[in-house]
Amino acid sequence: MLKIKNLKADIENKSILNNFNLEIKPGEVHAIMGPNGSGKSTLSNILSGKKGYDVSGEILFENKNIFELETEERAHKGIFLAFQYPLEIPGVNTNIFLKTSLNAIRKARGEKELDAIEFLKLVKLKARELKFDEDKLNRQLNVGFSGGEKKKNEILQMSILNPKLSILDETDSGLDIDALKIVADGVNSLRKNDNSFLIITHYQRLLDYIKPDYVHVLMNGKIIKSGGPELALELEKKGYENFN
Amino acid sequence: MREKQIDKLKDYKYGFTTDIENIRAPKGLNKEVIEFISKAKKEPKWMLDWRMKAFERLKNLKEPNWQKPKYPKIDYQDIYYYSAPKSASEKPKTIDELDPKLLETYKKLGIPLQEQQRLNGIAVDAVFDSVSVATTFKDKLNEVGVIFCSISEAIQKHPELVKKYIGSVIPLTDHYFATLNSAVFTDGSFVYIPPGVRCPMELSTYFRINASQTGQFERTLIIADKGSYVSYLEGCTAPMRDENQLHAANVELIALDDAEIKYSTVQNWYPGDEEGKGGIYNFVTKRGLCKGINSKISWTQVETGSAITWKYPSCILQGDNSVGEFYSIAITNNYQKADTGTKMIHLGKNTKSKIISKGISAGFSDMTYRGLVDISSKAKNSTNYTQCDSLLMGNKCGAHTVPYIKNKNPESNIAHEATTSKISEEQLHYCQQRGLNPEEAVGLIVNGFCKEVLQQLPMEFAVEAQKLVGISLEGSVG
Ligand SMILES: Nc1ncnc2c1ncn2[C@@H]1O[C@H](COP(=O)(O)OP(=O)(O)OP(=O)(O)O)[C@@H](O)[C@H]1O
Ligand SMILES: [Mg+2]
Repeated sequence: MLKIKNLKADIENKSILNNFNLEIKPGEVHAIMGPNGSGKSTLSNILSGKKGYDVSGEILFENKNIFELETEERAHKGIFLAFQYPLEIPGVNTNIFLKTSLNAIRKARGEKELDAIEFLKLVKLKARELKFDEDKLNRQLNVGFSGGEKKKNEILQMSILNPKLSILDETDSGLDIDALKIVADGVNSLRKNDNSFLIITHYQRLLDYIKPDYVHVLMNGKIIKSGGPELALELEKKGYENFN
Repeated sequence: MREKQIDKLKDYKYGFTTDIENIRAPKGLNKEVIEFISKAKKEPKWMLDWRMKAFERLKNLKEPNWQKPKYPKIDYQDIYYYSAPKSASEKPKTIDELDPKLLETYKKLGIPLQEQQRLNGIAVDAVFDSVSVATTFKDKLNEVGVIFCSISEAIQKHPELVKKYIGSVIPLTDHYFATLNSAVFTDGSFVYIPPGVRCPMELSTYFRINASQTGQFERTLIIADKGSYVSYLEGCTAPMRDENQLHAANVELIALDDAEIKYSTVQNWYPGDEEGKGGIYNFVTKRGLCKGINSKISWTQVETGSAITWKYPSCILQGDNSVGEFYSIAITNNYQKADTGTKMIHLGKNTKSKIISKGISAGFSDMTYRGLVDISSKAKNSTNYTQCDSLLMGNKCGAHTVPYIKNKNPESNIAHEATTSKISEEQLHYCQQRGLNPEEAVGLIVNGFCKEVLQQLPMEFAVEAQKLVGISLEGSVG
């Protein structure tokens, strides 16, 4: 699904990622943990196609180099990023945003666009699954949403767009215990043989609900250790400072 | 990563010229030319006298220069003041007899005039350079007593109404461009809605500039008699040319007791090219008089075109309990400039006004909102609410807000809110991550930003306007 080889990323001549390697196979769930400022969001931004970084190396998605693709083209191919800090877009109705997004992706894939009725049916179903307050869908996108509501909104979008690769950048931060379970259920229900997840988190707790296949520790611009779920427990005990 | 190249303004799809034989007045501004115009329109003497009076006054007036957008000196002797298709010099009796070239032109503009292809429920007056070439649904409107025709026809057929109201809202001597218009105005629309009648269809005028080196001097007069209602919309386009052309209009609205006029504009004159060459100077005086008690005038404008837009559609709230509204979207891109806003003059008691202005600037453009709220000492218990939002794209454009507030009545109330925001790279990236390309993203964000105003447009035009908003900003993201 995703193969990252020798990725190097600088911002303003400061090295953030260096010699970063990672492979995610279809159906796998990978978790990345790492201290603040270690480059986790930088990694997700670069995977999404965000500009403004000095990057080199290789990013293969379904065996094709996506380095040259625009952000929206990557989204059309099935890459989804749940943002650490979801953006507010004043004046834009959440439902309309979601529908425009879904139809842009469907159109790019040569699929039939959904009309208003079909879309509302889908969005209602998903909102109910995620216990997302439907009234919020008629509000301006993320404007006045609480931190947790914004995160849930990201997961709602993910479940509607049904991506192949979902990158969750600290989606669990700021969620209450119930919401955490709902979000985990949402992820688990999307888990299939042919789609994958990259989950960035600071807390082992999320991984109790979403069992990852691999856990990676990101420090000094690269993965310094990989292992199974037990690695997260070990990390929680020791902290990064005493970890090696 | 790759930069997207966008062919700027490739989407000004109204930039074509119609090759048609014209009758023109000689170039220049003088008595003979005014006589020529008046004669071409078979006007009665009082009208010519009125024009001459304006022309005399013009000699003592100077062009205003307090506006933000400056422009090279206009040589008023180097303009044609009258240009009309030869075939329209005798206005055909039926639309099917109209010059096929004109029919084709309007079809291309999306305004088919022939009976079988007309837009449903919308009556159209088509003004081509200096003349109205056709007005649709006239008979149907006549059945309920609504008069909808060109101002030239009204001067001949309804002189008592024209005489009574022309210049009653914009005095002959108002200011340079208004007075110039009074001297040389050519065509525009006339609307009269009789007492108690709710106009059964949308009325609209489509202004087209076609001939080069020609100014267009529109004159429109709308009278809503007691207890009547009308919704009117104007649209405008012009060919792509290197030269700047002047469109100096006077629009007067009069609402009597309990009457309501809803006036909408979708202004899409040629804006000039991406280097700021060419485009229309849109210098327009629009004023509405809420003359009667409980009357209401509402202006809605979507201003996307023109090299320079300079206008302040205003309301004089004379009748007690009268209401004035101004909803505006102004978009400037590349080197376009706009200085626009409104004036709300509260004279009567319990008068209310509301101003919602959305300015969007991109490229190297410059936008000024200028507004006056004036509550006189007699306008007891009056209120104004003003909301003025600016959205900037990129950092080479400008946005300015210049509100003037005069409140001479302690029992009255004025509230003003203003915001300036920017479309951030982060917002664009977020939308792109959800599959939208940069144009779609900007379109979505901008339409969200102006939603409140777009909602005011008649439904038939709202969708078009929404598209136009997106197209006007093409090339502003890359
Ligand atoms: N636009 C930028 N300009 C300058 N420095 C930046 C920029 N974006 C990120 N950085 C720096 O890059 C480093 C990595 O940031 P990043 O956001 O990827 O960290 P993170 O691992 O996601 O941290 P957190 O756990 O706090 O979310 C930080 O030192 C940060 O300050
Ligand atoms: Mg981060």
